[in-house]
Amino acid sequence: MQKENAADAQSAPTTRLRHRKRQTDVNPGTGKPNGSHLLVNDRNKYKSFLIRAYSTVWMIGGFSVIVYMGHLYITAMVVVIQIFMARELFNLLRKTHEDRQLPGFRILNWHFFFTAMLFVYGRILSQRLANTVTPDKVLYRLVSGLIKYHMAICYSLYISGFVWFILTLKKKMYKYQFGQYAWTHMILIVVFTQSSFTVANIFEGIFWFLLPASLIVIDDIFAYIFGFFFGRTPLIKLSPKKTWEGFIGASVTTMISAFLLANIMGRFQWLTCPREDLSTGWLHCDPGPLFKPETYALPGWILKWVVPLQFPWEEISVLPVQWHSLCLGLFASIIAPFGGFFASGFKRAFKIKDFGDSIPGHGGITDRMDCQMVMAVFAYIYHQSFVVSQSLSVEKILEQVITSLTLEEQQALFMKLGQMLQERL
Amino acid sequence: MALQKDHYSGSPRAGKQRDQNYPNSPTVKTNGQRDNPIPSSPSARSTAFDSPSPRLRHRRRRSTEFPGDINRANGSNLMTASESKYRSMWIRTCSSLWMLGGVIFIIYMGHLYIWAMVVVIQIFMARELFLLLRRAHEERCLPGFRLLNWHFFFTAMLFVYGRIFRQQLVNTVSSDKFFYKLVSGLIKYQMVICYFLYIAGFMWFILTLKKKMYKYQFSQYAWTHMILIVVFTQSSFTVANIFEGIFWFLLPAALIAMNDVAAYFFGVYFGKTPLIKLSPKKTWEGFIGASVATMISAFVFANVMGQFQWLTCPRKDLSTGWLHCDPGPLFRPEYYPLPWWITRFTPWKEMSVLPVQWHALCLGLFASIIAPFGGFFASGFKRAFKIKDFGDSIPGHGGFTDRMDCQMVMAVFAYIYIQSFIIPQDYSVEMILDQIMRSLSREEQQRLYVKLGDILWQQIQG
Repeated sequence: MQKENAADAQSAPTTRLRHRKRQTDVNPGTGKPNGSHLLVNDRNKYKSFLIRAYSTVWMIGGFSVIVYMGHLYITAMVVVIQIFMARELFNLLRKTHEDRQLPGFRILNWHFFFTAMLFVYGRILSQRLANTVTPDKVLYRLVSGLIKYHMAICYSLYISGFVWFILTLKKKMYKYQFGQYAWTHMILIVVFTQSSFTVANIFEGIFWFLLPASLIVIDDIFAYIFGFFFGRTPLIKLSPKKTWEGFIGASVTTMISAFLLANIMGRFQWLTCPREDLSTGWLHCDPGPLFKPETYALPGWILKWVVPLQFPWEEISVLPVQWHSLCLGLFASIIAPFGGFFASGFKRAFKIKDFGDSIPGHGGITDRMDCQMVMAVFAYIYHQSFVVSQSLSVEKILEQVITSLTLEEQQALFMKLGQMLQERL
Repeated sequence: MALQKDHYSGSPRAGKQRDQNYPNSPTVKTNGQRDNPIPSSPSARSTAFDSPSPRLRHRRRRSTEFPGDINRANGSNLMTASESKYRSMWIRTCSSLWMLGGVIFIIYMGHLYIWAMVVVIQIFMARELFLLLRRAHEERCLPGFRLLNWHFFFTAMLFVYGRIFRQQLVNTVSSDKFFYKLVSGLIKYQMVICYFLYIAGFMWFILTLKKKMYKYQFSQYAWTHMILIVVFTQSSFTVANIFEGIFWFLLPAALIAMNDVAAYFFGVYFGKTPLIKLSPKKTWEGFIGASVATMISAFVFANVMGQFQWLTCPRKDLSTGWLHCDPGPLFRPEYYPLPWWITRFTPWKEMSVLPVQWHALCLGLFASIIAPFGGFFASGFKRAFKIKDFGDSIPGHGGFTDRMDCQMVMAVFAYIYIQSFIIPQDYSVEMILDQIMRSLSREEQQRLYVKLGDILWQQIQG
């Protein structure tokens, strides 16, 4: 059991990364005879450890810089990651023999990629784009025109790709081309769903991007640590190195750290304020009721054994958002690992070792992001369903109406609202 | 393909007769429905002769596309083949008439019934497509795997129709207190509910991964997703169109049918130059003739259909009664004086044109130029995976997907066209209205309304 978790050992200090699940053996199950390979493993272990640590440190450093820089730069980072992921996945099931006979087929993939990008980011960032160009009359009209016909534009682009695909169907290559077409669609859906939700989270406040990502990383690290020390019962056939002890220990730790991290992160306005336009400057805002500390008096039985220790606190201040982060932590520990299982099963099904080799020591970007993807989607849906509605009130919506709508639009809204209420009666 | 469905063909290979070598023989099963000999060009368009169905897409004759097949001894099979040709023609006519009758009846019944029809068609299409790439051997090792498909289907249905019917549902149950709370609760948390259903399916999938079956299971998973996306995108857009007004559902569908029929006729009489390698029976003459015919009929159909309130009024709730409404400026006739060379010879002095007819021209243009690519896609797909038909639900026609392939492309375009150019879209107003509806209770909404009224009043005053 210990040997299985060994490869993961050294990458402990990474707070941002998901640790590679053992991809060194594609065939699970049979443990290698310990004795004869130990020394060899040791040597390779340290070398690969160095490579991993090096790239890990670089990634963390780069990531912190970008978080400091702001929302727009994080979005740019997400887009870059997306492009790399898509490239890895496009290349994955391609067959070179067929590809030689189909020049220009690869461009189709990128055409669909571009269309998807336009569609997804157009929807998410349209309001903010409009807010950014409000002072300039010409740009504003251009942008609102684009927003209005956004769906039609994306559809025309998609249909032209569709027609292009049909016109380039070549005899005897049909099956390959259709397979590639379907594969392209699946890739784009997977990549863009999660990245669009990630970007939507970012613009709601970096907190809602940083917290889920950190929780996934913490879950990984502690699953490794607990598995290393206590691991005994295997968890799932797909990933034979995971253990129940690691899983449960990591769950508990993740929930606790969710509670604490939310408290720490919730104090910074840079992280909690939503960004209403595409500027890059400093942010000030009223964070809303979720980030205002509420103080709870500690219950009697805690006070009893805390006071003798000269513990100065008699009450704790809890940000309401910490309860939400408990839910996020629960999801991150129980369900998000299934993203990793899915990726493992996929690689095993198609007999590939890694999705790519962009990151030395870690494999490809998709290997890093598999659990993050599942978490990003959940964080977005959770935020939209439970957090947004809590922070919305009559006053807030009224404020929004007054500030972002013109007089005509306000009147239109008024009339439509009246109609809606009338129909209900 | 028609003779494949034919149970009466005397010779087992009657279905594979080709028309290339014997252009005038009535045994041609490829274009088998017509009695007249098929023109010698193998690429003549051959939509079925069952022209009176405005609602159906006619089958492309796919069977002549394997020119390597040798013609069996036609002489000995002449009698039986022609018998079977007539038989298959008869079967096709019958099923077409039944379909046509059913569709007309349902349109008369109303929006809710049309929606039910779309859902039924959807279920059949999904079933056909799920079954298509399944392999019996692997299926035996994986009990309960089919259930996963239907779980995802149910989740997709909940998600898609929940979004579309949000407003309509709330309007329908506003009278009942208990239902109102239940429904608004469901709407508010609709996304979460659907997401958890999906995640449950996802986890179930991972937990049932079986050694040595990984590749099969993953491809089935991907295939399920693709099917659901294709089926639900177009059917959800169709339903959204229906509730904007049956006109916006009927017109595009009729145009597709019209395009098919016209392409067939033009191909039969004038067909010469083949259009595309994928479907060798299609010709440029058929294509262009059909385009012109479709545009003209778009103009005419829009005028005819636009006069009925049953077709043009949007439905705001899920009731089934009669509809009255102000159809809006699109359906009010505008009068244009006719040019002198018409007024001289006919009693008409001016013609009334509904503004919607210009929009119908755009729809007709798309239906004739781009929608056939849906058919090409389906043909290519069947050829790629070496399947003859998507299914065999409809006698003489194949499966539902065979009928719907061009309709799907058209439905999506119609929806996007309507949302972009016909309904005045107020993006930010819609967004805020959506927020209000989702996050505030009814009392809060009324408070907001009152306050907004006050503010606007003040702004007007001062």
